[in-house]
Amino acid sequence: MMSEKKKMAIIVHSGTMDKLYPVFMLASAGGAMDVEAHLFFTFWGLDALKKGGLDNAKLPGVMRVGTGMMKGRIKDANVPTLPALLDMCNELGNIKIYACSTTMELMKVKEEELIPEVDDIVGAAAFLDIAMDADVQLFI
Amino acid sequence: MNQIKETLDCRGLYCPMPIVKMKKALKGMAEGEAVKILATDPGSKRDFEAFCNKTGDKLLESSEEDGVFTYVVEKGGS
Repeated sequence: MMSEKKKMAIIVHSGTMDKLYPVFMLASAGGAMDVEAHLFFTFWGLDALKKGGLDNAKLPGVMRVGTGMMKGRIKDANVPTLPALLDMCNELGNIKIYACSTTMELMKVKEEELIPEVDDIVGAAAFLDIAMDADVQLFI
Repeated sequence: MNQIKETLDCRGLYCPMPIVKMKKALKGMAEGEAVKILATDPGSKRDFEAFCNKTGDKLLESSEEDGVFTYVVEKGGS
């Protein structure tokens, strides 16, 4: 007998590759396990939702120069690219992507600049409403 | 008796690919049908147990030989 549906809520605060990987790996693994995953992109995380953003994500700080090498290793290890992970999440169908409305104003990001996979543009209260009922809450 | 409908070769793939691929296969199956997975990711053993623990699908087989893990998962009722 299947237990009742679990939920996870992740605040995606960082837009660097090293942080976006765990976000999408956990979301896709969760999605596959019938866990509804809610991803709330705020601050630098919002960059990842801009068109081409996931593909352009770099390693943080001075490690930025090693981004190409890391991408090479990721390819060699047969690990999917970030855009491919996003596609997988989409296909699973139980992963929701939210853009933080305040960050959009702060960073002057228009709705049409965001990728079509964004499900909604929401505020803190909407996220908390989801997070309070979630079994896993993470800040990445 | 379970019926293996599909075999997935996930050798050389790492987390979360084996379970995502398995989920895709299970989605197209009926209750009682099974999928067989070959994997080399050492993390997959615990992942497949955890997956079945959460989804209600049944892990009928979990074995290892020469670094290749074999899993048989039967789709449960949802």
